[in-house]
Amino acid sequence: MLHTVNKSPFEKDSLAACLRMSKDGCAILLIEDAVYAATDGTAVSDQIKEAMKTKSVYALKPDVDARGMSGKVIDGIELIDYAGFVSLVADQNSTQSWL
Amino acid sequence: MSEIKKFLYVNRKAPYGTIYAWESLEVVLIGAAFDQDVTLAFVDDGVYQIVKGTDTAGIEMKNFSPTYTALGDYDIKKIYVEKESLEKRGLTVDDLLDLKWEDEDEDWAEKDSIHVVSSAELADIMDDADITLSF
Repeated sequence: MLHTVNKSPFEKDSLAACLRMSKDGCAILLIEDAVYAATDGTAVSDQIKEAMKTKSVYALKPDVDARGMSGKVIDGIELIDYAGFVSLVADQNSTQSWL
Repeated sequence: MSEIKKFLYVNRKAPYGTIYAWESLEVVLIGAAFDQDVTLAFVDDGVYQIVKGTDTAGIEMKNFSPTYTALGDYDIKKIYVEKESLEKRGLTVDDLLDLKWEDEDEDWAEKDSIHVVSSAELADIMDDADITLSF
């Protein structure tokens, strides 16, 4: 299953809800303002790193670049482009959007 | 000429995900054109608005970072960033745009516009404003 999150983890609890209600082995894609959750040294970095032990975490590169965060992404988070986004959706049996 | 008022613009939203940041910047520039005393505050996710190194080509949106660097030309030199907000996001002043203004009284010496301040200092700045516009 694929989970997408598009809200900043500092403004809404969408990421926290996603992490709480997603299962091991799932894919989590951070898009739009949620890409801030993919950066290191923040108040939520440890939550993401913990999730990465059992789940695959991706971030949409165009959104990371637009926000000037490309040099701060946590090691191990895979950056994907729009084509990668489509592939991820197509490869999974279902998608849940945490808005 | 009417009395000059102290305008404070409080920015609390990340750029690009919503239109708030861009709308705020437009209103700021309008206010500056009317010779008002303008102060900007960046707190919470608003600190992301002035992060350097942005490249919006991939999301096909206008990159408005360069517009912030023009604020000095509009005599906007009081830009306050909350220290606590930066720390929570793993950011330092070095991650921010290098915003400058030129001091006419000191042979146009370039000075920093950005001041990193504590929540308590921002409380005083907010208390001091005549008009506060929130974005």
